[in-house]
Amino acid sequence: MYTQGLDQKGKVVQSSDASESADQLDAFQKRVDAEDKIEAKDWMPAAYRRTLLRQISQHAHSEIIGMQPEGNWLTRAPTLKRKAILLAKVQDEAGHGLYLYSAAETLGVSRDQMVADLLSGKAKYSSIFNYPTLTWADIGAIGWLVDGAAIMNQIPLCRCSYGPYARAMVRICKEESFHQRQGFDIMFELSRGNDEQKAMAQDALNRWWWPSLMMFGPNDSDSKHSAQSMAWKIKRFSNDELRQKFVDVTVPQAEFLGLRVPDDDLSINDKTGHYEFGDIDWQEFYDVLAGNGPCNRQRIEKRGQAQVDGAWVRDAARAYADKHATAAAA
Amino acid sequence: MTVEDALQSYVLRLGDNALVIGQRMIERVAGEPELEEELANANFALDYIGQARMLYSYAGELEGKGRGEDDFAYLRDSQEFRNFLMVEQPNGHFGDAIVRQVLFESFYLLQLEQLADCADTRLAEIAARAVKEISYHLRHASQWLIRLGDGTDESHQRVKESLERYWRYAAEFFDGDDVDDWIQRECNGPDLGALAKTWRDNVEALLEQATLPIPDDNLDQTSFSRAGGRQGNHSEYFGFLIAEMQHLQRAFPGANW
Amino acid sequence: MNEKEWPLYEVFIRSRSGLSHRHAGSVHAADDQMALDHARDTYTRRMEGVSLWVVRSDLIVASDPADTSAFFAPAEDKIYRHPTFYKIPDGVENL
Repeated sequence: MYTQGLDQKGKVVQSSDASESADQLDAFQKRVDAEDKIEAKDWMPAAYRRTLLRQISQHAHSEIIGMQPEGNWLTRAPTLKRKAILLAKVQDEAGHGLYLYSAAETLGVSRDQMVADLLSGKAKYSSIFNYPTLTWADIGAIGWLVDGAAIMNQIPLCRCSYGPYARAMVRICKEESFHQRQGFDIMFELSRGNDEQKAMAQDALNRWWWPSLMMFGPNDSDSKHSAQSMAWKIKRFSNDELRQKFVDVTVPQAEFLGLRVPDDDLSINDKTGHYEFGDIDWQEFYDVLAGNGPCNRQRIEKRGQAQVDGAWVRDAARAYADKHATAAAA
Repeated sequence: MTVEDALQSYVLRLGDNALVIGQRMIERVAGEPELEEELANANFALDYIGQARMLYSYAGELEGKGRGEDDFAYLRDSQEFRNFLMVEQPNGHFGDAIVRQVLFESFYLLQLEQLADCADTRLAEIAARAVKEISYHLRHASQWLIRLGDGTDESHQRVKESLERYWRYAAEFFDGDDVDDWIQRECNGPDLGALAKTWRDNVEALLEQATLPIPDDNLDQTSFSRAGGRQGNHSEYFGFLIAEMQHLQRAFPGANW
Repeated sequence: MNEKEWPLYEVFIRSRSGLSHRHAGSVHAADDQMALDHARDTYTRRMEGVSLWVVRSDLIVASDPADTSAFFAPAEDKIYRHPTFYKIPDGVENL
């Protein structure tokens, strides 16, 4: 799950580098327009490579950091069945991070380098994971809303012009089909439960609704990467289109659960059939992206600590392999 | 002791071991040394949670009082759990986790292999299924023990210390009581004396391959060994594990999740 | 400390007997045995396979995209290699 449009105003992708001829760029665009997939060793514009690398590595980092807020409730899951389901889901996220790092590695950057960029703050990940999971209902809300939003983003990526990314996304989408449902299932059970459980569910929706809408990234008018990414078929729909689609399908689900979406301006437009919703607090979005969300520091510290704690283990495995490779060759 | 009582006690013990080591593995999530090991660790924990669920369900049927898997996991107090002390020990580092896994699973796999041929059909089926899972776990963990033992000076030293830390808890595996006797006698279950010898041979062979010394403590020397799990006398760490795991069920009695 | 990344392995899965192994993705591992374990734990969580191959990515010899036309275009005009090239007279069966 969890790719996010993090493109910000003012950072314009350079569409061509000096060494790239118009003929090359033209031929490349023709291939993309013809829905031909670009593979790792094919010629590609440097900016295409950079854009993909940024997007795929952000996506991978989001999967890995995303293990933490949900992992926070693994030891406290209220039944053994819920525990097994949540563990399978968190494990999938590790797997999806792995698939995505692999796809990004085909573009010529090592996983170690990507992890170093994450830990140094140079690389971003989805803003949503900088919010805390305070109750069990948050696990339901993440599955229902966050995975729901992610699915909207991800299905079109299965047709992305870059072959390794598209293939990783096909596998990911297939595996994730249960993630949103298990989240809704948690919410459904809570909504039928006692008053405390219902309050827990409403509180989770209150806290996760707006951050979920932010997952689609800035409004189209403020997202400068979008046009080029659409032309390159890295992206198929705009941020606002996907956000609208998400609101349209999710609001009726909230009603079914008997929960109130925390937006006083929310109403259905009978002419268009679409919901109209209130303004998103973009300042909060940019603050969280800049590292000032409730959990940014905690998330990166935990990830960094695992990296440091594991160094002696990784070294030992390498030393053992080297020793025995030498012995085998001798 | 009736047939049902003995069998139910035995099945519950197996379930407690599976749940508690599974819970310890779950605590490691997002802290593994490499991403691929996250997937391995989660697979192991999932296997254990699955085994605990099957064993608890069966224990509930044997008891015949309508208790199900979650009643055993969430609504018993810590002293009612009958797992080995080894599986409840705090995690420590990756080498500690590997050593614990190797020592426990070297026993558990032998136990399950015997149970797969036992006279109780249901238990035999559950055991046969678990044998497949634990065979893979033990292979994976054994290879890691060899890599760490025969890796760098640092890894050798660390894992040697882990071994010294956990070794004393292994004696409890073979310290049978009347339930074990009953299972062996009436149900064609494991002979713990024979298991102890095989366990020792297997573990010693593995330690040799890992270039690790066999710890000095004699397993038979009870002053060194640590036991009590099967009497419900756990370590101080255990109460926290249980309190954390049971938190929601205890805070909202009778709620559905 | 020697901070060198574990090498990359490509993973191939036979999904069931009778089918060939197919590329699934890749994993990092310090040695061959670990690569097999990692492939198993990563790519067969949903009963995807009955057999696994892993091979170090740097040992794979690949054709160069620059040679694509020299390598693959010459096959294009040999349409007589395909059965659809031949017209079978009406009334002839089992051919």
